[in-house]
Order: sequence, then C-alpha cells, then structure tokens
Amino acid sequence: MLTKRIIPCLDVRDGKVVKGVNFQGVRDIEDPVEMAAFYNECGADELVFYDITASFEQRRLFADVLRRVAERIFIPLCVGGGVSSVEDFDRILNAGADKVSVNSGAIRDPDLISRAARKYGDQCVVLSMDVKRVDGTYHVFAKGGREDTGLDALEWCRRGQDLGAGEIVLNSIDTDGVKTGFDLEMLRDVAERVTIPIIASGGAGTMEDFAKLFQLKGVDAGLAASIFHFREVDIRELKRYLAGQSVNVRQV
Amino acid sequence: MSVTAIVDYGVGNLFSLTSSVRALGGEPAVTGDSDLLASADRILLPGVGAFGDAADKLRGTGLIPVLEEQVRAGKPLMGICLGMQLLFESSSEYGDHAGLGWLNGRVESLTEALRGTPDADLKVPHMGWNSLTFEDPSCPLLAGIPEGSFVYFVHSFYAVDCGDSLRAWAPYGVRVPAVVSRENIFGCQFHPEKSGSVGLKILESFLRL
Repeated sequence: MLTKRIIPCLDVRDGKVVKGVNFQGVRDIEDPVEMAAFYNECGADELVFYDITASFEQRRLFADVLRRVAERIFIPLCVGGGVSSVEDFDRILNAGADKVSVNSGAIRDPDLISRAARKYGDQCVVLSMDVKRVDGTYHVFAKGGREDTGLDALEWCRRGQDLGAGEIVLNSIDTDGVKTGFDLEMLRDVAERVTIPIIASGGAGTMEDFAKLFQLKGVDAGLAASIFHFREVDIRELKRYLAGQSVNVRQV
Repeated sequence: MSVTAIVDYGVGNLFSLTSSVRALGGEPAVTGDSDLLASADRILLPGVGAFGDAADKLRGTGLIPVLEEQVRAGKPLMGICLGMQLLFESSSEYGDHAGLGWLNGRVESLTEALRGTPDADLKVPHMGWNSLTFEDPSCPLLAGIPEGSFVYFVHSFYAVDCGDSLRAWAPYGVRVPAVVSRENIFGCQFHPEKSGSVGLKILESFLRL
C-alpha cells in the first residue's frame, strides 16, 4: 500500500529559502540546494518549492536554483509560484521538476488546469488552494493569501479535480503559522468532495499533529515548512514515531 | 568511464535520469543516434505518457531495429516506467497497441483490474511510495536491497501475465509488477531516479552490468 507522505516546503526568494508567519514577516534561512539535499537524505518523501519572487531577473535565478536542486535530489519535486500558462509548466518541468503547482493562475484561468493535464498528464498538475473561513464558509484566497476571491473552496476543489488536477494542496490560512495542528475540520470537508490525493498544509507544530492528520480518510500527505527548517521536528524521528502509531510511512 | 545511453525519442523529461546516472559516476548520453546506441555500454529506455503515442514515437525514430540488435548481442537494456511497459507484447491503453514484444505479457488498466474488488476505492494513478515484494531476489537489480523497501510509482496501467520475468511486485489491490527481467533485458515500473537511495542503488546495479 502507498505510504503517507511527509513533505517539506521551501519558499524561495532571491535564491534563498524564506518562511513567513501568517504570510507576513518573511526571513531568510538557508541555501535551498543544501536544504533540499539535507531533506533528501533524511527521508522526506517529496519536496515542494514555491518561487515567491516577482521580477523576471529573479525568476531566472529561481530556475537556476531549481536545476541545481534537481541535480542533487532523487525524490519527487513539485514546484509552484506564479504559474499562469502552459509555458510556465514547460519551463519548470524542463528544469527538473516532476509536478507543477498552480494557485492564483488557475483561479484567473481555470482551463489552465485542463490544458496542462492534457499535455503532461493529471499526475503532473497540483492545485494549490489557500483557504480561509469567511462568514461560516470557506473562501479561496489568491495572491499568497492576500486577496479574497469569494470563490467557495468546496466548489473549487471539485472543479479542479474535474478539470484534471491530480492532487490538491490545501493550505488553511486560519491555521497557517500558528503551530496548533492541521485544520482537520477544513480537511475533512474538502476530502468529502474529492477523490484525488490531498496534501494538508498549515498548522503543523508537533509530531502528534501528523498522527492526528493521518487518521483522516482521504489525506495522503502532510506539508510543513518552519518546523522542519528550524529542526523543531526531525523527519527521521517523525517517521519512526508515525510507524509506532501504525501509520504506513517510508523509513530510511 | 562507461557510457549509458538514454534513448531520446521525444517523450518525457530526462533531466532527473541523466542527473542520477551522473551522480552514480556514470556517463549519461541522451541520444537518438544509432551509432551512439551501438557504442554505449548499456541502454536506458525511459518513457512517460500514453503507450500508443510513445510506441509510435519510438517506431518513428527508426531505432527499434538498432535496439533489437544491441539487445540480441547481449547489451544490458533497462526500461523505466512506460519504457518498461513497452518491452511487453501489447497494451490496451486507449485502443490496442503493439509493444516491442521482448518480454511475454500485456499491459492493462489498473482501474479495470480493481473494479468490483474490495480495493475498488484505491486511487488511480497509482502514485506514491510503495513497497517491493521479491519474487526472485537473485535478480541483479535487487542486490543489496532489503525486501519491503519503498520506491516511487506513477502509472495507471500495469503488466499482466508476465510469467517468469517477474522479479518483484508492489501490493496495490493487485500485484503490480515492479521489476521484470529476462537475460540482459530489465524493466522497472517505478522511477529509480525518483526513489531515493533505494532507487539509486537499483540504478547503480544496472550501471555495473
């Protein structure tokens, strides 16, 4: 049977890994290539890179980082950030990524999901959603969580699946950076709507949070950034712990 | 340094495969050139996408007779993912398509195989890390790999009736053939270049053949 996956997420700006708290106050950590190699060694099942740069010049720097990462790591690599066209898919996949994550670009142009899935296959297209509770419903936010699109998250996830997305990254803005556990309620509600794998993001603080997460049906992976970057949770230790909790994980 | 030819026939991204061969100290040559294939020490046949499309593209390169000759002469060849599936006789992926027929067996839909079984809710594509159960641990690709090791799969079709070429399989409702071989012909359904240290070890064993 397939294992549950543990996925470190690296936000890259100016060629360096950064991590924000509630999407604000970003600060530098380390070299993305070295960090990726470290995670590759210690048993991460996949890596997610987000390009949070804006300018064209920085985008080229990111592509260079990506190529150097892809030369060093031999686990699946998913890359997102500013993806708004099939050409962006070409560019990212040619730099060595295996999957591409779309977010605001797919909100503006939902058909992008279909075009990319037709060209590269469903398994290549990851729909990333930043979701926040607004007046008792789940709203999808765009532009790194800054803009309320008014889009209903439970409809959007279903539409994304129908259009050909192969996976969903569900990031709860409500729990992001707070480290009090994943947003189990939101995850359960989304998992009821789709059959494609769900990667949970936002809120992981402890190993116990992952154990609780993997009790949810339909959740296949847990994604986190700062707790891994700052070594608050060690991935090897986390996997040993999860195996002890009867969660099927890949241990290295 | 020995040369590993990676057959370039216009399908898929060969960046990771090339990087992993290089990381193992091998010299990768991504090529569609018949002289280079003939002079290489071994050949990797990659592949992603749909079977029929890939088979057509490979046929279109005119390289199949070259590959056949090299394989007959005893040169090690390994198919990866769809590249492994192409080694079989045929596939029912979107129609009926002939494969290379170097291994006995066919390629069929995993969805169809799971339909009506207690595992019908398993997701297809079979995507993620799954474990290897050995059918024949003496296969050179499995040297130094503990049974139960995890490797990374991404596929929706799988090999059936592959008989005595089966070396290892992964449990996913059905037994999914993961490593197959006959003499100097090898195949991996998973991506060794994406399967961490276990995958690199398998690739390294191939590079030593």
